[in-house]
Amino acid sequence: MMGAASENSGLIVRGLTTTFDTPRGQAIAAADVDFDVAPGEVVGLVGESGSGKSVTLRSIMRLIREPGHVSGRVEWRGRDLVAMPAEELRKVRGGEIAMIFQEPMTALNPVLPVGVQIEENLVAHTTLSARDRKARALELMNIVGIPAAERRLQEYPHQFSGGMRQRAMIAIALACSPKLLLADEPTTALDVTIQDQILKLLLDLRDRLSMSVVLVTHDLGVVAATCDRMAVMYAGRIVETGTVADVFRQPHHPYTRGLLGSVPRSGAARTVLQSIEGTPPSLTNLPEGCAFHPRCSFATERCLKERPPLETVGAPGRAAACFHHSQVAAAEAIL
Amino acid sequence: MSAPAAKAAHSLVQWRKPPRSLIWGGIILGLSLIVAIWPSLFAPYDPTTFDYNALLKPPSAAHPFGTDSFGRDVLSRVIHAYTLDMQIAVFATIGPFIFGTIVGAFIGYAGGIWEAIFGRIVDATITFPFLVLVIAIVSVLGPGLGNMYVAVGVVGWVFYARLVAAEIKVQKRLDYADAGKVMGYAPLRIVFRHLLPNAITPAIVYWMTDMALAILLGSSLGYLGLGAQPPAAEWGVQIADGKNFMNTAWWISVFPGVAIVITGLGFSLAGDGVAELLRVRR
Repeated sequence: MMGAASENSGLIVRGLTTTFDTPRGQAIAAADVDFDVAPGEVVGLVGESGSGKSVTLRSIMRLIREPGHVSGRVEWRGRDLVAMPAEELRKVRGGEIAMIFQEPMTALNPVLPVGVQIEENLVAHTTLSARDRKARALELMNIVGIPAAERRLQEYPHQFSGGMRQRAMIAIALACSPKLLLADEPTTALDVTIQDQILKLLLDLRDRLSMSVVLVTHDLGVVAATCDRMAVMYAGRIVETGTVADVFRQPHHPYTRGLLGSVPRSGAARTVLQSIEGTPPSLTNLPEGCAFHPRCSFATERCLKERPPLETVGAPGRAAACFHHSQVAAAEAIL
Repeated sequence: MSAPAAKAAHSLVQWRKPPRSLIWGGIILGLSLIVAIWPSLFAPYDPTTFDYNALLKPPSAAHPFGTDSFGRDVLSRVIHAYTLDMQIAVFATIGPFIFGTIVGAFIGYAGGIWEAIFGRIVDATITFPFLVLVIAIVSVLGPGLGNMYVAVGVVGWVFYARLVAAEIKVQKRLDYADAGKVMGYAPLRIVFRHLLPNAITPAIVYWMTDMALAILLGSSLGYLGLGAQPPAAEWGVQIADGKNFMNTAWWISVFPGVAIVITGLGFSLAGDGVAELLRVRR
């Protein structure tokens, strides 16, 4: 698979499968997800709504509740998070791995001042005195670029603007200098200029704190601007992985190709944007064979019966789950 | 920016005009509380002294609310009853409020089997009319204020627990609860420090109303002879005292009744006001 990071001490996800028992049968929200995150690396998880990217992230952090069920291995510095006892997991959560959410308004506690919420994390994971916690909270507010930090520590989330809320969320998440940040669509709820600022902030923090980032997004522009490597998800499975440059230059899976074709680009001739025909399949009733075949123009008889495995294509660390990946790669460049 | 200026700007943002209902409710309750704490300052006579020269006298300059069948001054008795009835309002509700809130928070967060067990307890409790259940328990324990608090507590916590549990169930599914988990906070910390402040509003509002209901309940039990015992000055007891004289001396029962209505109104207004104030906060 992605050999690039398997031998070091980052995050190693193997065979992560998350299912939900619903009245209409079992919904497979994520299936056999494998990926690695090396220290200091930014990995993007991309896909449409319902492709399983957020579920994957939440499964890593064990946030799936009944009737959900998670299996597989999530190895963090040699320890399996899926099997870890709750006591130990609490130390990892927030201390070593932190997470930020899509909608900072709902992810912040509305009745506690922001400063208190930052200090909460320090109370849980450090033995700092009240004075030191206050100082650290102030420092974090400055790190994430919230002006008039001293005053704003006393303020409530509803007094913050959207971008400032997300910064506050990041400040809380980073309070104990985690080594891995899981970001679940952190910029989706923000407008574009703020989005850019937040992404720059994340990259800057990655460098300064030497942490890894897993960025879930449906925005290919965000991936291109921030990530080192990317994994494209469809119907709960990773269908293509590789470095961002490689995947963008030459997609090997028809779905990736479709996604890239639906993004407007500058410097190309003006043409109609391509969209992917059809809709994502129902997770309780996935098609036989390759889940993408009903929407795929490359599909053949074989795609209806067999599911293509995720196989290395070309360079190591580059993989695609398509029987016809060489044809897809050879097809004329998109736009 | 200088520190005082920052502070001023801060409190300016925080300040909200209290709703009118809260102001009126607060005035009524504030005055009631003052009367309850220092009744002798307002009462012209001793509430328990008999005066056989002034039996069943109608309202007059000497006795503005008249006198009862023992010649006691009704005004003084109504005033002294504030002490007992305000005490009933608080003591009969604070136990259920605290206990019910804690249990409700636990049940709402834990869910599963605990919720199922609690659901049956709720069913069993609300099957009986509240008053009947309380009367039954007091009858077993014996009449008196202490036993009345016990009886109300045994039944009353269920309603608080149900409110808080429902609200916690909503709150625990919000992102910030997950965020708390992801930060590695212990479950107790998440429930009581993060979820409960967001979930307690309905319980506080209900508490205000419940205090009004507790006064009515205390008076009802006093009337039935199961709560405060004569000759203590308590509105329910007083109304009971006057029930044989309704045709000839209406004032014995009517003035304590008016006091109940006014105090109940105070609690209701305050409850509405608090609800409105906390709603704006969101």
